[in-house]
Amino acid sequence: MKDLLTKDVVWNKLKVVKDPEIPTLSLVDMGIIRELNIEGDSVEVVITPTFVGCPAIEMMKDEIESALLSMGFQNVLVRVSFSYQWNSDMINEAGRKSLVEFGLAPPPQHQLIEDIEILERIPCPACKGTNTELRNSFGPTLCRSIHYCNDCKEAFQQFKPVN
Amino acid sequence: MNTPAIKELLYKIGDDQLILGHRNSEWTGLGPILEEDIAFCSMAQDKIGQSLAIFSILHELGEPDPDTNAFLRDAKLFKNCQYVEMPIGEFDFSIVRHFLFDNAEAIRFKHLTDSSFIPLANLSKKIKGELKYHTMHANTWIKRLGNGSKESIDRVQKALNDSWTMALGMFEVSPYEAELIQEKIFVGEKVIMQEWYESISATIEGTELSLPDLYSSKPMLGGRQGLHTESLIKLLDEMSEVIRLDPEAEW
Repeated sequence: MKDLLTKDVVWNKLKVVKDPEIPTLSLVDMGIIRELNIEGDSVEVVITPTFVGCPAIEMMKDEIESALLSMGFQNVLVRVSFSYQWNSDMINEAGRKSLVEFGLAPPPQHQLIEDIEILERIPCPACKGTNTELRNSFGPTLCRSIHYCNDCKEAFQQFKPVN
Repeated sequence: MNTPAIKELLYKIGDDQLILGHRNSEWTGLGPILEEDIAFCSMAQDKIGQSLAIFSILHELGEPDPDTNAFLRDAKLFKNCQYVEMPIGEFDFSIVRHFLFDNAEAIRFKHLTDSSFIPLANLSKKIKGELKYHTMHANTWIKRLGNGSKESIDRVQKALNDSWTMALGMFEVSPYEAELIQEKIFVGEKVIMQEWYESISATIEGTELSLPDLYSSKPMLGGRQGLHTESLIKLLDEMSEVIRLDPEAEW
């Protein structure tokens, strides 16, 4: 069992761990798991939060730890580090799809956000149209903003771009 | 590594974030519109989270753990500027403080990304991105109220005038200022203040408001040396009520 736990295998298996607030989105696809160091039956994982004040980070740490223990590792260390700075371009294609599946608009890809106008005209996750407007750059969680679709006549949320 | 100077700097910025974070949280349920309730409590969560990250670096440098440091430290050991400890007042006062403080904070963290103290430089790279949302929120309100009715313009102008000497206290220099600059840990308050004045002037120019002259008044100093007003004592009493009743409480 142990010799099967290569980096690729573990990385893939970790996809079962989801964002506590977005149950379709895995932490791997979200890009918050930055390092995986395996040595025999010990593993160290380095994660970095989407927002410094993200209250879910402790829960994520615990869930990654239990997933690794259940894979058969004896020693597990999950470390939060800011040596990596998460930005919303770190969400991969699978992650963007998971966001839509959950009903959230994925963040626009940006490289570098110079102007916050990037928040206007976000495609509505229901109708895909861009006849939308920003209602509040702060939302129900630190990583979401609130928008309104003028065609659907309904509010929706976006996973905020940040860098 | 110049640990005493670094600790002084970390306490100053960590305490500013913690105290203003708590003040922001007081708008929860009281905001003039629902969106402002959400905005102020989100910014509170950001700022308190950022202070936790700064206190964690301090802990690695041998200071008490973040909870002890935040909740059980004596007021005279707090290094926040007095401006952030002032009560929230009316919405005009809070919006003006949000505008004056957050623009300074954004410039401060932008420069700290170049700090020779790497843990702080790394953290600042992250915080800098988050603060774009804070300054955008503040600048939008200043433009809106500063171009609004006579009442909104007058009230914001009065809040600006009343806040000015307190706001200048944000740039009170540390006893380690020269060393911090020389060792490239921090660019220094003078640079931050000048860039801040240019930045807020650019927003104010598009409104009916006017900024007091940078050197017209004497800054309200003392916060960085641990001198505080009654307001901080009351705030700390409130913040630490639970931990003093039950030090083991978890929530």
